[in-house]
Amino acid sequence: MINLTMDGLKISVEPGATLLDVARFYGANIPTLCYDEALSPYGACRLCLVEIGEPGKSRLVSSCTYPAREKLNVRTNTVRVMQTRKMIIELYLATCPSSKTIQDLASKYGVTGVRFSPKNEECILCGLCVRMCEEQMQAKAIGFVDRGVNRRISTAFDRKSEQCRLCGACMYICPVCQARCQGPSEESTLCNACLNLSPPCLENNDHTLCYMDPCAACELKKKTNQ
Amino acid sequence: MKKNTVLGLEVPCGPNGVSVITVLQAIQGYYGYLPEEALEKAARELKVPLIDFYSVATFYKNFRLAPQGRREVVTCTGTACHVRGSEKITEEISRTLGVDIGSTTEDGEYSLKCVNCVGACALAPLVIVDGRYYGQMTSLKVRRLFSDNPTKTEQTVSSGLSE
Ligand code: SF4
Ligand code: SF4
Ligand code: SF4
Ligand code: FES
Ligand code: FES
Repeated sequence: MINLTMDGLKISVEPGATLLDVARFYGANIPTLCYDEALSPYGACRLCLVEIGEPGKSRLVSSCTYPAREKLNVRTNTVRVMQTRKMIIELYLATCPSSKTIQDLASKYGVTGVRFSPKNEECILCGLCVRMCEEQMQAKAIGFVDRGVNRRISTAFDRKSEQCRLCGACMYICPVCQARCQGPSEESTLCNACLNLSPPCLENNDHTLCYMDPCAACELKKKTNQ
Repeated sequence: MKKNTVLGLEVPCGPNGVSVITVLQAIQGYYGYLPEEALEKAARELKVPLIDFYSVATFYKNFRLAPQGRREVVTCTGTACHVRGSEKITEEISRTLGVDIGSTTEDGEYSLKCVNCVGACALAPLVIVDGRYYGQMTSLKVRRLFSDNPTKTEQTVSSGLSE
Protein backbone atom coordinates (compact mmCIF):
# COMPACT_ATOMS: atom_id res chain seq x y z
CA MET A 1 0.00 0.00 0.00
CA ILE A 2 1.06 3.55 -0.66
CA ASN A 3 0.60 6.16 2.06
CA LEU A 4 -0.03 9.76 1.10
CA THR A 5 -1.75 12.87 2.32
CA MET A 6 -4.60 14.43 0.38
CA ASP A 7 -6.12 17.69 1.62
CA GLY A 8 -4.79 16.87 5.06
CA LEU A 9 -6.25 13.36 5.13
CA LYS A 10 -3.86 10.43 5.61
CA ILE A 11 -4.71 7.91 2.94
CA SER A 12 -3.52 4.43 1.92
CA VAL A 13 -4.09 3.34 -1.64
CA GLU A 14 -3.24 0.40 -3.87
CA PRO A 15 -0.22 0.91 -6.12
CA GLY A 16 -1.25 1.87 -9.63
CA ALA A 17 -3.97 4.30 -8.60
CA THR A 18 -3.75 7.81 -10.02
CA LEU A 19 -4.30 10.91 -7.91
CA LEU A 20 -7.62 11.40 -9.68
CA ASP A 21 -8.76 7.91 -8.66
CA VAL A 22 -7.84 8.67 -5.07
CA ALA A 23 -9.50 12.08 -5.09
CA ARG A 24 -12.72 10.75 -6.60
CA PHE A 25 -12.80 7.84 -4.18
CA TYR A 26 -12.57 10.20 -1.23
CA GLY A 27 -15.04 12.64 -2.72
CA ALA A 28 -12.78 15.54 -3.65
CA ASN A 29 -14.33 17.46 -6.48
CA ILE A 30 -12.05 17.53 -9.52
CA PRO A 31 -13.40 18.49 -12.93
CA THR A 32 -12.15 16.73 -16.06
CA LEU A 33 -12.62 17.19 -19.77
CA CYS A 34 -10.36 14.61 -21.37
CA TYR A 35 -10.80 11.79 -18.87
CA ASP A 36 -13.16 8.85 -19.04
CA GLU A 37 -13.15 5.85 -16.73
CA ALA A 38 -13.34 3.46 -19.63
CA LEU A 39 -10.41 4.94 -21.51
CA SER A 40 -6.70 5.34 -20.87
CA PRO A 41 -5.80 8.69 -19.29
CA TYR A 42 -4.31 11.20 -21.68
CA GLY A 43 -3.55 14.37 -19.74
CA ALA A 44 -4.55 16.80 -22.45
CA CYS A 45 -7.05 19.22 -20.90
CA ARG A 46 -5.15 20.08 -17.67
CA LEU A 47 -8.44 20.74 -15.91
CA CYS A 48 -7.85 18.02 -13.32
CA LEU A 49 -4.75 19.67 -11.93
CA VAL A 50 -3.80 19.38 -8.27
CA GLU A 51 -0.93 20.80 -6.27
CA ILE A 52 1.73 18.43 -4.98
CA GLY A 53 4.80 18.91 -2.80
CA GLU A 54 5.42 21.11 0.21
CA PRO A 55 4.18 24.72 0.12
CA GLY A 56 6.84 26.94 -1.40
CA LYS A 57 8.19 24.17 -3.61
CA SER A 58 4.91 22.86 -4.85
CA ARG A 59 3.91 22.26 -8.42
CA LEU A 60 0.77 21.62 -10.41
CA VAL A 61 0.29 18.23 -12.07
CA SER A 62 -2.57 16.63 -13.93
CA SER A 63 -4.11 14.21 -11.45
CA CYS A 64 -5.52 11.88 -14.11
CA THR A 65 -2.03 10.87 -15.22
CA TYR A 66 -0.09 11.24 -11.96
CA PRO A 67 0.40 7.97 -10.07
CA ALA A 68 -0.02 7.93 -6.31
CA ARG A 69 3.41 7.95 -4.64
CA GLU A 70 4.61 7.30 -1.12
CA LYS A 71 4.54 10.37 1.19
CA LEU A 72 3.08 12.64 -1.46
CA ASN A 73 1.36 15.74 -0.13
CA VAL A 74 -1.56 16.47 -2.45
CA ARG A 75 -3.87 19.47 -2.26
CA THR A 76 -6.88 19.62 -4.53
CA ASN A 77 -8.39 23.00 -3.74
CA THR A 78 -5.72 25.60 -3.08
CA VAL A 79 -5.96 29.15 -4.37
CA ARG A 80 -3.36 28.33 -6.98
CA VAL A 81 -5.30 25.30 -8.22
CA MET A 82 -8.57 27.23 -8.35
CA GLN A 83 -7.09 30.24 -10.12
CA THR A 84 -5.30 28.15 -12.71
CA ARG A 85 -8.39 26.04 -13.27
CA LYS A 86 -10.53 29.13 -13.80
CA MET A 87 -8.00 30.41 -16.29
CA ILE A 88 -8.07 27.13 -18.19
CA ILE A 89 -11.88 27.17 -18.27
CA GLU A 90 -11.78 30.74 -19.54
CA LEU A 91 -9.43 29.74 -22.33
CA TYR A 92 -11.62 26.79 -23.29
CA LEU A 93 -14.62 29.10 -23.30
CA ALA A 94 -12.93 31.34 -25.79
CA THR A 95 -11.98 28.32 -27.90
CA CYS A 96 -15.40 26.64 -27.95
CA PRO A 97 -18.14 28.92 -26.61
CA SER A 98 -20.81 26.70 -28.17
CA SER A 99 -20.07 23.72 -25.91
CA LYS A 100 -22.55 23.02 -23.13
CA THR A 101 -19.98 21.05 -21.16
CA ILE A 102 -17.62 24.00 -21.07
CA GLN A 103 -20.35 26.54 -20.33
CA ASP A 104 -21.50 24.37 -17.43
CA LEU A 105 -17.96 24.23 -16.09
CA ALA A 106 -17.83 28.01 -16.24
CA SER A 107 -21.06 28.34 -14.28
CA LYS A 108 -19.98 25.76 -11.77
CA TYR A 109 -16.54 27.22 -11.13
CA GLY A 110 -17.62 30.83 -11.17
CA VAL A 111 -16.02 31.99 -14.39
CA THR A 112 -17.99 35.14 -15.03
CA GLY A 113 -15.95 36.84 -17.70
CA VAL A 114 -13.97 35.94 -20.79
CA ARG A 115 -11.09 38.21 -21.66
CA PHE A 116 -10.15 36.52 -24.94
CA SER A 117 -11.83 36.87 -28.28
CA PRO A 118 -13.92 33.80 -29.18
CA LYS A 119 -12.45 31.39 -31.69
CA ASN A 120 -15.54 29.26 -32.22
CA GLU A 121 -13.58 26.09 -32.80
CA GLU A 122 -15.39 22.79 -32.94
CA CYS A 123 -12.75 20.78 -31.12
CA ILE A 124 -10.52 21.19 -28.08
CA LEU A 125 -8.23 18.29 -29.08
CA CYS A 126 -9.02 16.35 -25.93
CA GLY A 127 -8.51 13.08 -27.81
CA LEU A 128 -11.51 11.36 -26.22
CA CYS A 129 -12.97 10.43 -29.60
CA VAL A 130 -9.66 8.96 -30.80
CA ARG A 131 -9.28 6.82 -27.68
CA MET A 132 -12.94 5.81 -27.77
CA CYS A 133 -12.68 4.69 -31.37
CA GLU A 134 -9.49 2.73 -30.72
CA GLU A 135 -9.98 1.33 -27.24
CA GLN A 136 -13.69 0.63 -27.05
CA MET A 137 -14.75 0.29 -30.68
CA GLN A 138 -11.54 -1.35 -31.90
CA ALA A 139 -11.94 0.58 -35.12
CA LYS A 140 -9.12 3.14 -35.12
CA ALA A 141 -10.77 5.10 -37.89
CA ILE A 142 -9.84 8.55 -36.64
CA GLY A 143 -6.72 10.15 -35.23
CA PHE A 144 -4.75 13.34 -34.84
CA VAL A 145 -3.60 14.82 -38.12
CA ASP A 146 -0.99 17.52 -38.79
CA ARG A 147 0.64 19.38 -35.92
CA GLY A 148 0.95 22.64 -34.04
CA VAL A 149 -1.84 25.10 -34.69
CA ASN A 150 -3.06 22.95 -37.57
CA ARG A 151 -3.53 19.86 -35.43
CA ARG A 152 -6.98 18.38 -35.88
CA ILE A 153 -9.00 15.20 -35.73
CA SER A 154 -9.65 13.44 -38.99
CA THR A 155 -9.73 10.18 -40.89
CA ALA A 156 -6.86 9.02 -43.08
CA PHE A 157 -6.60 11.30 -46.14
CA ASP A 158 -9.73 13.06 -44.85
CA ARG A 159 -11.86 10.50 -46.67
CA LYS A 160 -14.64 8.27 -45.46
CA SER A 161 -12.89 5.55 -43.51
CA GLU A 162 -13.29 1.86 -44.24
CA GLN A 163 -12.65 1.12 -40.57
CA CYS A 164 -15.43 3.37 -39.30
CA ARG A 165 -18.57 1.43 -38.46
CA LEU A 166 -20.68 4.54 -37.91
CA CYS A 167 -21.26 3.65 -34.28
CA GLY A 168 -21.37 7.28 -33.23
CA ALA A 169 -19.35 6.65 -30.10
CA CYS A 170 -16.91 9.42 -30.99
CA MET A 171 -19.72 11.96 -31.03
CA TYR A 172 -21.28 10.51 -27.91
CA ILE A 173 -18.14 11.11 -25.91
CA CYS A 174 -17.14 14.47 -27.39
CA PRO A 175 -17.38 17.24 -24.77
CA VAL A 176 -17.92 19.86 -27.45
CA CYS A 177 -20.66 18.24 -29.53
CA GLN A 178 -23.57 19.19 -27.26
CA ALA A 179 -24.69 22.74 -27.92
CA ARG A 180 -25.36 24.98 -24.97
CA CYS A 181 -28.94 25.65 -23.87
CA GLN A 182 -29.47 28.78 -25.94
CA GLY A 183 -28.20 27.11 -29.08
CA PRO A 184 -24.82 27.07 -30.73
CA SER A 185 -24.34 30.59 -31.99
CA GLU A 186 -25.27 32.92 -29.20
CA GLU A 187 -23.78 36.40 -29.32
CA SER A 188 -22.07 36.29 -25.96
CA THR A 189 -19.11 34.03 -25.35
CA LEU A 190 -20.28 33.26 -21.84
CA CYS A 191 -23.65 31.75 -20.92
CA ASN A 192 -23.85 31.70 -17.10
CA ALA A 193 -27.65 31.56 -17.40
CA CYS A 194 -27.79 29.05 -14.55
CA LEU A 195 -26.05 31.47 -12.22
CA ASN A 196 -29.00 33.84 -12.39
CA LEU A 197 -31.46 31.27 -11.09
CA SER A 198 -31.85 31.02 -7.36
CA PRO A 199 -32.32 27.45 -6.16
CA PRO A 200 -35.95 27.27 -5.05
CA CYS A 201 -35.53 24.25 -2.80
CA LEU A 202 -33.78 26.36 -0.17
CA GLU A 203 -36.89 28.42 0.37
CA ASN A 204 -39.22 25.45 0.61
CA ASN A 205 -37.29 22.73 2.40
CA ASP A 206 -35.11 23.31 5.38
CA HIS A 207 -33.34 20.00 5.65
CA THR A 208 -33.49 18.28 2.29
CA LEU A 209 -31.36 18.26 -0.80
CA CYS A 210 -32.85 17.47 -4.16
CA TYR A 211 -29.69 16.13 -5.86
CA MET A 212 -30.67 17.58 -9.21
CA ASP A 213 -27.69 18.36 -11.39
CA PRO A 214 -27.13 21.18 -12.18
CA CYS A 215 -28.67 22.82 -9.19
CA ALA A 216 -31.84 24.64 -10.24
CA ALA A 217 -32.48 22.04 -12.91
CA CYS A 218 -36.13 22.22 -11.86
CA GLU A 219 -36.22 25.91 -12.69
CA LEU A 220 -34.49 25.31 -15.98
CA LYS A 221 -37.17 22.80 -16.90
CA LYS A 222 -39.94 25.29 -16.11
CA LYS A 223 -38.16 27.89 -18.18
CA THR A 224 -37.90 25.71 -21.27
CA ASN A 225 -41.53 24.57 -20.94
CA GLN A 226 -42.80 28.13 -21.12
CA MET B 1 20.13 -5.46 -38.28
CA LYS B 2 17.13 -7.60 -39.05
CA LYS B 3 15.26 -6.67 -42.20
CA ASN B 4 11.67 -7.06 -43.13
CA THR B 5 9.94 -6.37 -46.40
CA VAL B 6 6.89 -4.19 -46.89
CA LEU B 7 5.50 -3.84 -50.43
CA GLY B 8 8.67 -5.63 -51.51
CA LEU B 9 10.80 -2.82 -50.03
CA GLU B 10 13.38 -3.60 -47.39
CA VAL B 11 12.60 -2.03 -44.04
CA PRO B 12 14.91 -2.18 -41.01
CA CYS B 13 13.25 -4.07 -38.22
CA GLY B 14 13.50 -3.45 -34.48
CA PRO B 15 12.77 -5.90 -31.67
CA ASN B 16 9.05 -5.07 -31.87
CA GLY B 17 8.80 -5.32 -35.65
CA VAL B 18 8.96 -2.48 -38.15
CA SER B 19 8.03 1.02 -37.01
CA VAL B 20 5.64 3.30 -38.87
CA ILE B 21 8.40 5.83 -39.50
CA THR B 22 10.80 3.36 -41.11
CA VAL B 23 8.03 2.05 -43.36
CA LEU B 24 7.17 5.57 -44.45
CA GLN B 25 10.84 6.32 -45.07
CA ALA B 26 11.19 3.22 -47.22
CA ILE B 27 8.11 4.11 -49.26
CA GLN B 28 9.20 7.71 -49.70
CA GLY B 29 12.71 6.55 -50.57
CA TYR B 30 11.29 4.49 -53.40
CA TYR B 31 8.59 6.77 -54.82
CA GLY B 32 10.01 10.16 -53.80
CA TYR B 33 6.77 10.83 -51.93
CA LEU B 34 4.04 8.91 -50.13
CA PRO B 35 1.42 7.80 -52.66
CA GLU B 36 -2.00 7.14 -51.15
CA GLU B 37 -2.31 3.68 -52.71
CA ALA B 38 1.10 2.62 -51.40
CA LEU B 39 0.14 3.62 -47.87
CA GLU B 40 -3.15 1.77 -48.17
CA LYS B 41 -1.41 -1.38 -49.38
CA ALA B 42 1.24 -1.16 -46.68
CA ALA B 43 -1.42 -0.64 -44.01
CA ARG B 44 -3.24 -3.73 -45.22
CA GLU B 45 -0.04 -5.77 -45.42
CA LEU B 46 1.06 -4.82 -41.90
CA LYS B 47 -2.47 -4.82 -40.46
CA VAL B 48 -1.90 -1.32 -39.16
CA PRO B 49 -4.76 1.22 -39.27
CA LEU B 50 -4.25 3.66 -42.14
CA ILE B 51 -4.78 6.62 -39.82
CA ASP B 52 -1.52 5.72 -38.02
CA PHE B 53 0.40 6.21 -41.25
CA TYR B 54 -1.49 9.38 -42.06
CA SER B 55 -0.97 10.88 -38.59
CA VAL B 56 2.78 10.34 -38.72
CA ALA B 57 3.05 11.39 -42.37
CA THR B 58 1.31 14.70 -41.69
CA PHE B 59 3.23 15.30 -38.45
CA TYR B 60 6.77 15.25 -39.83
CA LYS B 61 7.77 17.84 -42.38
CA ASN B 62 10.12 15.39 -44.06
CA PHE B 63 7.25 13.30 -45.36
CA ARG B 64 5.50 14.39 -48.52
CA LEU B 65 2.06 13.29 -49.61
CA ALA B 66 2.38 14.78 -53.10
CA PRO B 67 5.12 14.31 -55.66
CA GLN B 68 8.01 16.72 -55.47
CA GLY B 69 8.92 19.03 -58.35
CA ARG B 70 12.13 18.38 -60.30
CA ARG B 71 13.69 21.43 -58.67
CA GLU B 72 13.26 22.35 -55.05
CA VAL B 73 12.99 25.97 -53.97
CA VAL B 74 13.27 26.64 -50.27
CA THR B 75 12.91 30.05 -48.65
CA CYS B 76 14.00 30.69 -45.13
CA THR B 77 11.43 32.31 -42.85
CA GLY B 78 13.58 32.18 -39.73
CA THR B 79 13.93 35.22 -37.49
CA ALA B 80 16.81 36.91 -39.29
CA CYS B 81 15.35 36.25 -42.73
CA HIS B 82 11.93 37.36 -41.58
CA VAL B 83 13.30 40.63 -40.27
CA ARG B 84 15.01 41.22 -43.59
CA GLY B 85 11.84 40.67 -45.59
CA SER B 86 11.66 36.96 -46.41
CA GLU B 87 7.89 37.25 -46.60
CA LYS B 88 8.11 39.51 -49.64
CA ILE B 89 10.70 37.22 -51.21
CA THR B 90 8.49 34.18 -50.73
CA GLU B 91 5.53 36.05 -52.21
CA GLU B 92 7.63 37.09 -55.18
CA ILE B 93 8.76 33.51 -55.82
CA SER B 94 5.22 32.29 -55.42
CA ARG B 95 4.05 34.81 -58.01
CA THR B 96 6.94 34.33 -60.44
CA LEU B 97 6.63 30.55 -60.50
CA GLY B 98 2.89 30.42 -59.94
CA VAL B 99 3.09 28.03 -57.03
CA ASP B 100 1.79 28.11 -53.46
CA ILE B 101 3.93 27.41 -50.43
CA GLY B 102 4.13 23.69 -49.87
CA SER B 103 3.00 22.73 -53.37
CA THR B 104 4.39 22.04 -56.83
CA THR B 105 3.93 23.82 -60.15
CA GLU B 106 1.53 22.20 -62.60
CA ASP B 107 4.32 21.17 -64.95
CA GLY B 108 6.04 19.41 -62.05
CA GLU B 109 9.14 21.59 -62.36
CA TYR B 110 9.32 23.56 -59.09
CA SER B 111 8.31 22.84 -55.52
CA LEU B 112 8.26 25.68 -53.04
CA LYS B 113 8.60 25.30 -49.32
CA CYS B 114 9.61 27.32 -46.28
CA VAL B 115 11.96 26.40 -43.47
CA ASN B 116 12.85 28.19 -40.26
CA CYS B 117 16.53 29.14 -40.21
CA VAL B 118 19.20 27.10 -41.90
CA GLY B 119 22.01 28.68 -39.88
CA ALA B 120 23.17 31.17 -42.49
CA CYS B 121 21.53 34.23 -40.98
CA ALA B 122 24.30 36.58 -42.12
CA LEU B 123 23.06 35.99 -45.67
CA ALA B 124 19.43 36.82 -44.85
CA PRO B 125 17.07 36.76 -46.60
CA LEU B 126 18.00 33.40 -47.99
CA VAL B 127 16.68 31.27 -50.83
CA ILE B 128 17.91 27.75 -51.57
CA VAL B 129 17.42 26.23 -54.99
CA ASP B 130 18.35 22.57 -55.30
CA GLY B 131 20.76 22.85 -52.40
CA ARG B 132 22.42 26.00 -53.76
CA TYR B 133 22.26 28.99 -51.42
CA TYR B 134 21.33 32.44 -52.68
CA GLY B 135 21.81 35.14 -50.04
CA GLN B 136 20.63 38.74 -49.60
CA MET B 137 17.76 38.16 -51.96
CA THR B 138 15.63 40.93 -53.39
CA SER B 139 12.52 40.77 -55.56
CA LEU B 140 14.67 41.68 -58.57
CA LYS B 141 17.14 38.89 -57.85
CA VAL B 142 14.26 36.45 -57.51
CA ARG B 143 12.91 37.39 -60.93
CA ARG B 144 16.38 37.11 -62.44
CA LEU B 145 17.00 33.77 -60.74
CA PHE B 146 13.93 32.24 -62.28
CA SER B 147 14.10 33.99 -65.64
CA ASP B 148 14.80 31.77 -68.65
CA ASN B 149 18.46 32.64 -68.50
CA PRO B 150 19.53 31.94 -64.95
CA THR B 151 23.23 31.83 -65.81
CA LYS B 152 24.09 35.09 -64.05
CA THR B 153 25.95 34.00 -60.98
CA GLU B 154 26.37 37.43 -59.42
CA GLN B 155 23.56 36.72 -57.01
CA THR B 156 25.09 33.50 -55.81
CA VAL B 157 26.65 34.31 -52.50
CA SER B 158 29.12 31.84 -51.07
CA SER B 159 28.04 28.87 -53.09
CA GLY B 160 30.54 26.92 -51.01
CA LEU B 161 27.76 26.43 -48.54
CA SER B 162 25.92 24.21 -50.91
CA GLU B 163 28.65 21.66 -51.26
S1 SF4 C 1 -27.93 27.58 -19.24
FE1 SF4 C 1 -26.68 26.57 -17.66
S2 SF4 C 1 -26.72 24.42 -18.32
FE2 SF4 C 1 -27.29 25.61 -20.10
S3 SF4 C 1 -25.35 26.03 -21.18
FE3 SF4 C 1 -25.75 27.77 -19.84
S4 SF4 C 1 -24.56 27.30 -18.02
FE4 SF4 C 1 -24.83 25.35 -19.11
S1 SF4 D 1 -18.32 6.30 -35.52
FE1 SF4 D 1 -16.49 5.58 -36.61
S2 SF4 D 1 -14.90 7.04 -36.00
FE2 SF4 D 1 -16.56 7.24 -34.50
S3 SF4 D 1 -16.02 5.85 -32.83
FE3 SF4 D 1 -17.36 4.72 -34.22
S4 SF4 D 1 -15.93 3.68 -35.58
FE4 SF4 D 1 -14.77 5.30 -34.59
S1 SF4 E 1 -13.69 16.03 -31.60
FE1 SF4 E 1 -14.49 16.20 -29.49
S2 SF4 E 1 -13.77 14.33 -28.47
FE2 SF4 E 1 -12.56 14.54 -30.32
S3 SF4 E 1 -10.72 15.65 -29.66
FE3 SF4 E 1 -12.16 17.18 -30.42
S4 SF4 E 1 -13.25 17.86 -28.59
FE4 SF4 E 1 -12.25 15.93 -28.05
S1 FES F 1 -8.64 15.12 -17.16
FE1 FES F 1 -6.60 15.18 -16.54
S2 FES F 1 -5.72 16.44 -18.07
FE2 FES F 1 -7.74 16.23 -18.79
S1 FES G 1 16.93 33.04 -40.30
FE1 FES G 1 17.26 32.47 -42.35
S2 FES G 1 19.15 31.46 -42.19
FE2 FES G 1 18.77 31.95 -40.11
